[in-house]
Amino acid sequence: MPEPFRVILFIVFVMAFAGLNAAYLVWCERKGAGHIQRRIGPKEVGPYGLLQPIADGIKLMTKQLFLPKGVDPVLFMVAPLMVMVPAIMSFMVIPFSETFVAREVNIGLLMIFAFASVNVLGLLLGGWGSANKYAVIAAARCVSQNIAYEIPMLITTITMVMVTNTMNLNEMIRSQSGWFFHWHIFRLDMSLMMPVAFLIFFICSLAETNRAPFDMAEAESELVAGAYTEYPGMGFGVFFMGEYANIVIGCALTTILFLGGWQAPIPFNPAGFLGVIWGLFWFFLKLYALIFTVIWIRWTYPRTQFYELLNLSWKVLIPFSLFNLILTALQIKIFPWL
Amino acid sequence: MSGYFKELISGTKSLFIGLGITGKYFFEPVVTEQYPHEVPVMKPRFRGHIELIPDEETGEPKCVVCGMCQKACPTGCITVAGEKREGVKGKVVTQYILNFTTCSLCGQCVESCKFGAIRFSKDYNKVSERKEDFIYDLIKRLKEQS
Repeated sequence: MPEPFRVILFIVFVMAFAGLNAAYLVWCERKGAGHIQRRIGPKEVGPYGLLQPIADGIKLMTKQLFLPKGVDPVLFMVAPLMVMVPAIMSFMVIPFSETFVAREVNIGLLMIFAFASVNVLGLLLGGWGSANKYAVIAAARCVSQNIAYEIPMLITTITMVMVTNTMNLNEMIRSQSGWFFHWHIFRLDMSLMMPVAFLIFFICSLAETNRAPFDMAEAESELVAGAYTEYPGMGFGVFFMGEYANIVIGCALTTILFLGGWQAPIPFNPAGFLGVIWGLFWFFLKLYALIFTVIWIRWTYPRTQFYELLNLSWKVLIPFSLFNLILTALQIKIFPWL
Repeated sequence: MSGYFKELISGTKSLFIGLGITGKYFFEPVVTEQYPHEVPVMKPRFRGHIELIPDEETGEPKCVVCGMCQKACPTGCITVAGEKREGVKGKVVTQYILNFTTCSLCGQCVESCKFGAIRFSKDYNKVSERKEDFIYDLIKRLKEQS
């Protein structure tokens, strides 16, 4: 297919994927919450409540979009987009399968982190522009949280870039080919702390996407709905979609960096079209297993206190990720043949 | 410093224990009752509004219209009337009206009844928009039930 059409097609695919994901992850979330609390969850709208997200979507879309008194009109309207658009952009470089990627960019990893840092700006502007004290508190919390967790996340990412020697996501996955013990999480010969690095990265991606137990931006029991308090209808809906898209990106990155991306756990890779499907299958299996873990974590732990949250980052995650960085550098230096 | 690592290890361990508990619950059967689709069975000590107890042989109410329940009721929501009939010992109840709008389910009437003629029913889903729907004719109700 000619290049521009392929990319446009991919953009359409990604937008549909992000939208559907947001809708059906809400369903999964509610079902998961239900079963973890030994309830059923949504069941009335359609079989197994499968039409519930559509009903919710219609409800959100039919609500009037209005500007509350005293808000900054530009910031207020732009903020949801600043959460949603970077998420969609990041999907462009994520390889769902070896050839199933919009653009194989050499600095894909860098690009994702560059866009991910815009996400928090969107929340900050939304909270600030709302002219609401709860929203401002939530925005301030959100910024200090994101700054605290971006550091260990980036240090861990630097470690991964050091061991793979590339920022191209597809190359990173190719370096994990073969059996499942070639995945980076099991490569103790690269760094003795790889499983710890995986944990650090996963925890940080939870915090970066404002998921429970780090959901300081929303904190519905303390701050009404945090930064989203003043948003009516689809303004809130777009924030919500952006949030779920960010969860997918966080889990996709964890999959790519540590769990071998589209690599099957056995050294078997069929060629051609079947290979694409094979890669997609393994990628989505790992991705959704991680997303399930995210949901599982949300319904297991209560929200942490804000000071505890910062303590965890500055006293535990940052020292450990720094130690991991040094250890990896030493291992690369001492055993360069590995 | 050793306290730091000790806390870290025990904290991490407790996090995984927590995940284990919720993970186990995820696969266990649900315990909630799906109310409109599943009708619950009320427990023996549930207090619904009062109802008349029928005599096991004749099916007629056991009430002898002594009027104790009417006197015992603090809000006066019970109205009993009866008449004397040939061949029947005591009076026969002809009217037993319960005004459920003022009843507080205190149970004084059930306590005061020496003949064991009234008890709490198991009705719990009484809803209406009209006040008249809560003035129950318990004799009619007994006939409908049998």
